[in-house]
Amino acid sequence: MTEQKKTTIVLFSGDYDKAMAAYIIANGAAAYDHEVTIFHTFWGLNALRKDEPIKNNKNFIEKLFGNMMPRGADKLGLSQMNFAGMGPKMIKHVMKKHNAMTLPQLIDMAVEQDVKLIACTMTMDLLGLGEIELLKEVEYGGVAAYLGEAQDGQVNLFI
Amino acid sequence: MNTTTFLDAKGLACPMPIVRAKKAMKDMQTGEVLEIHTTDKGSVSDLTAWAASGNHEIKDQQQESDVFKFWIQKG
Repeated sequence: MTEQKKTTIVLFSGDYDKAMAAYIIANGAAAYDHEVTIFHTFWGLNALRKDEPIKNNKNFIEKLFGNMMPRGADKLGLSQMNFAGMGPKMIKHVMKKHNAMTLPQLIDMAVEQDVKLIACTMTMDLLGLGEIELLKEVEYGGVAAYLGEAQDGQVNLFI
Repeated sequence: MNTTTFLDAKGLACPMPIVRAKKAMKDMQTGEVLEIHTTDKGSVSDLTAWAASGNHEIKDQQQESDVFKFWIQKG
C-alpha cells in the first residue's frame, strides 16, 4: 500500500465559478484516493451557508453582512459576466444541457466522498457568521489546521 | 475480455466518470475487469491518468461513434 496522498484547497472566493472549480478538483482528488480538505475562508464561507434565514444574535454590521452576502452555494454570483444575477441563470441553464453537476450537487458529492470541509473561525467572526448558519457537515479550524494538512499535501491550491 | 463489472457513464460530465469509476472499483477484487462507457471527451485522458495513478491497467480501449469504451483491470 502506497502512502496516503493529500490534497488541500483554500477556497477564499465566493464566486460560483471559482467554487465550482474548487469542488470539481476536490471530487477528482477524492476519486484519486487522496485525503481531501477544503478550507473555506472569507467569501468562500458563503458556499457553506444554509439557504434559509437563520435567527442568530447579531449586531447591526453583522446583520448587514449576513443579508448582503449570498446565502448558500446556489446563490453565489459569477466572477465574470454576472450581469446582476442573469449570468448565473444562463450558466446553470447551459450546465443542465451539458449534464454538468451544479455546485450544490458537487458539495453533496464531496461530502459523500469524505472530503473534509473546514470553515475558518476567525473570518466567520469577521463576517458575523455563526455555526448554526453553516452546513452541519462543516468542521471548524484556523490557520494551523490548514497548515497541518497542507505540509503533507501533494496538491495545495488557493482559489 | 471478461468483464466483471459494467459502468455506464455516458452523458456524465467531468468529474463524474472517475468518481463513479472509483466507486465501482472499490467493490471489486484485484484482477477483475471494469468496463466503462463514456461520452465526455476529457474522460479519455482522465481515465488513463486515473488508472495509472491507482496502478490499474487499461486492457483495451475502443471508440464507437461518440462512445468511448474502456476495460480497466484492477491492480
